[in-house]
Order: sequence, then structure tokens, then C-alpha cells
Amino acid sequence: MYPENFRYTKEHEWVHVENGVGTIGITDHAQHELGDIVYVEVPKVGTHVEQGKSFAVVESVKAASEIYAPVSGEIVEANDALTATPELLNSDPHVAGWIAKIKLSVPEEIDRLLSPTDYQAYLGEG
Amino acid sequence: MLDTIGLSKIEDLVAHLPKAVRYDKPLAIAPGRSEYDILDYFKERGSENAAAGGNGYACFLGAGVYNHYRPVMVDTVVSRGEFLTSYTPYQAEISQGTLTAIFEFQSMICQLTGMDVANASMYDASTAVPEAAMMAIRATGRSHILTARTVHPEYREVLHTYTQHQGIPLDEFGYDATSGLIDIEDLSRSITKDTAAVIIQTPNFFGIVENVKQAAAIAHEHGALLVVVFSEAVSLGLLEPPRDADIVAGELQSFAIPPSYGGPFAGVIACKEKWIRQIPGRLAGETKDANGNRAFCLTLATREQHIRREKATSNICTNQALIALMATVFLAVYGKQGLRELAVQNLSKAHYLAGKTKTIFSGPFFNEFVVRSEFKGIAEINRELEAKKIIGGLPLEKFYPELKNTMLLCCTEMSRKPQMDLVAEAFA
Repeated sequence: MYPENFRYTKEHEWVHVENGVGTIGITDHAQHELGDIVYVEVPKVGTHVEQGKSFAVVESVKAASEIYAPVSGEIVEANDALTATPELLNSDPHVAGWIAKIKLSVPEEIDRLLSPTDYQAYLGEG
Repeated sequence: MLDTIGLSKIEDLVAHLPKAVRYDKPLAIAPGRSEYDILDYFKERGSENAAAGGNGYACFLGAGVYNHYRPVMVDTVVSRGEFLTSYTPYQAEISQGTLTAIFEFQSMICQLTGMDVANASMYDASTAVPEAAMMAIRATGRSHILTARTVHPEYREVLHTYTQHQGIPLDEFGYDATSGLIDIEDLSRSITKDTAAVIIQTPNFFGIVENVKQAAAIAHEHGALLVVVFSEAVSLGLLEPPRDADIVAGELQSFAIPPSYGGPFAGVIACKEKWIRQIPGRLAGETKDANGNRAFCLTLATREQHIRREKATSNICTNQALIALMATVFLAVYGKQGLRELAVQNLSKAHYLAGKTKTIFSGPFFNEFVVRSEFKGIAEINRELEAKKIIGGLPLEKFYPELKNTMLLCCTEMSRKPQMDLVAEAFA
């Protein structure tokens, strides 16, 4: 369920870092809690984001929720497919439902994130 | 009761109010008079008021609040208990009447403005204009607002109130002294790469119909949105809808909403579909119920403050449902052809009176125009007219110091030829 090579936040985002670029999305748990997602406000390419700060908005039939950046850096790509098909976040949150790619400015921030085991333990506590 | 709340006399309840605003003399009504005596007395005194469209007074004052006829049907419908006493239609299953009316309203506003989406109404144009500016700021990620000086001065004041403490730079650009249209060169000079919105009004505060296409081209060339404002909604019966705008913000007072000392009115925000998630306030949408029947509900509410708290799109989540209903009934009574005929009457009467006076601008105008007095002071003219039971125009110097001895006059379908001739004579 939760890929081994991803890192996770307590706010239910995931990040997958390859060659200094982190692909970011929301976890399967998050999409399940939000319900049917109807709109995703993706960030503009070139925007600088900071770890823990809001950088996107996901709107479901229940609520509009902030998505917090798991790492700091510059947005290098946004998943524009989500504009037309926001439901990808529900159907495939860890692959096709990625939200944005960030070029990491502080790579060691990754160490502060949760491993899949820790994240699942955190969910278990909740 | 005073004991319970720890006060000794009734005056203590208002003790916190400054003395200057309190009336400390006995009322000038003899004691011991019956309720119906007092009512008669006040009705009699009330009949002395110079009321727009009442007490035998003719009115040539416009400038954002217009003296139009209110069809009898309007009050009959809005005073029905189902509308008059209903609460916000959160529960769609018991609110289909209200929701249908709001949906009709939104559809009519879209037809009039040429926009794709309209919200369920705003307080008035003066609050709709800054909300439109905030939409543009969110949509573009920029912060500079550029407004024409020919936008209603009081709308600009509210815009200033909104922007002053949010670090939003607000600038104005001028008008052409000959035509009364916006100064295109000044607009081109003033617009920057940080401009989020260019705001123009048409017909503008001087009554002149702006070239929306031209303003849109300049705004869009610089990556800004164009906000088009209107204060005289009747003009939409005749003028081309401002389709080139990104956002339209306007005032609906002209649609059967009484002047009432300046409110409550109803405003509107409409926009292109692209900006639907930036629109403040609420939207009624069409859907299907469990049995597949056509039904209506509030939609896109996830961004309103009762759900999104401090991150809500806007703190204006209120709408003017009952007042907007007046406008809806008005539009249903007049219909497309009726509204057009009404607009033509306004235009014709204004052009008749303008033809007999000295207008100062050459631009095309709808039902308002600026006249300069060559022989008398503006205040003197208005005093003379008042003696003839005519409410004159608005002296413009207060808002535009450069326009000395000028008056903004307005004619509507309510204007009659004998009084129009008296107004023209007063300038002679």
C-alpha cells in the first residue's frame, strides 16, 4: 500500500525523491478521508515553497484542504492532468495522482519525514 | 429589571454614547396624544419631503441610485412568507423555491453581462468592486490594482478601504477631458507587469459608454484581468454585454430596488468560467434529486467561511436573497423586449434634455450626462428647481475638483417633458 521508497508527513503527503527532485502527492489514507475529489489547485511552476507551508489546495465534496509541502524548493513541474481529471487523486493517489515536482533546496529535510513503517504506525495510533 | 443588570435608571443604558450624538431635549410632540394622532402628524410632515418619485417631485438625480418605476408585481412576490421569512437555503430539500429563484437570478445576470457564471448576489456594487479586485489578485498572483477615475467615486472609496491595510497598491488613471472616456494613453502608461486588475465602469460615472474591447486588449496584453463595473443596470437592456471582461461587478438598484436612503441594494459578481473558484459568496447549481428530477442546491460551498474559516475565498459570504429577488421579478416582468424598450426610453429622454443644455463631454452617453452652468452657480440652480418641485442633479466638484460648476443629470422613464424643459430653462 505505502511504497517503500516514499517518505511521508503527519499531514498525509508523500514525497518520492529521485536525483534531487521530489515528486509530491497525498496518501491513500488522505484521499480516503477527503472523499470524492472534485478540484485540485496546482501550484505554478517556478514558485518557491517551504517545508510545512501550504502549496496546493485539494477540494472534495466535503471540504477544501491545504496541501503542505513535505520539502522546500522550487516547483519544477505541476500535474496539469489534475485540472481535467481530479479524480486521479482518488483512483491512483501514489502514481498518476501526483500533484507537483519540487527541486529540493534543503535535501536533508527528507530525514525529518516518516518512513512507510512509521507512517503506518502513525495511522494505527490515530 | 434595571436592578438585575445593575443599573439605577433607564438613561444608564445609553450612558456609553457620546453626548454630542444624543438628543437631550423633550420630543416636539405634545404629551398624551393617541397613536393614530401621531401617525397622522408624521404622515403629514412626511409629505413635505422632496422624495424621488414621490410627493409630486420629479427627480433628475442619478449618480449610482436611480429613480425607476417599480412594477406592483415585485412587492407582491417578495412579501410572500415563503421568501420573506425563509432562512439561508442550506437544506436543499426544504428550500427548492428559494434555490430556484437564485438560480433564475444567476441565469439572468449571465445573460445580461455575457459572463459564464454569476453568484447569488453581493451587498451592492461598492462591495462587489473590491471583491472583484481580490478575485483578480488571487487569479493572477499579482497585487497591483488600477482603476479608472470614472468608476463611481464611492465604489473607489470602498476599494481603498479594502486595499489600504493589505499592502495592495491601488492607482487610478484619468479620463479624456474632451470625450469623458477613459484616457487610453494614461491606462497604457500606468499598467505594469504587477497589475492584477484594470477596473473600468460603463456607462461610466459621467454616463458615458466606454469601449470595453479596447480596455480589455490593453489589460490582457499585460497579463491583467479586466473588471467591468456598472451602476445603471438598465443600460444592459440596450448596450452590448461586456463579454470581453474577465469579471463583471455591478449594482442592481435600478431593477425595482427602492432608493431607501442608499440601501439595502443588491450587487452582482459574474465572471468567465475560468475564474469560478475565485468567485466570492454562494452559488446555486442545478442537479438531480434521488429520483432523477431536476433540482437545485448550493454548490462550490467548500470555499465559504463556514467550512474554510480564515482561508475562505472571501469574508463576504452573505447574499441579498430577498433584494436580489426583487431584481429577478423585475426582469421576469419586463422580459428581454421590455427591458430593451425601457432602456430606449431612458436613452431618448436623456438625449432630449441633453440637447437643450450645454453638455461638456462628447462621448456617447446612456441616461446620464454632465452639464456646465455658464451663468449661475450649481447650488442656485438646484434651489430654483427645488422650488418647482424638481430634484436637480449632482454637483460634481465634490468628487472632481477640476469639474467646477458642473452637474451630473439623469433622465429615466419617469422623467416628463414639462419638468425636463424646466431643468433646461434653469441653466439659461
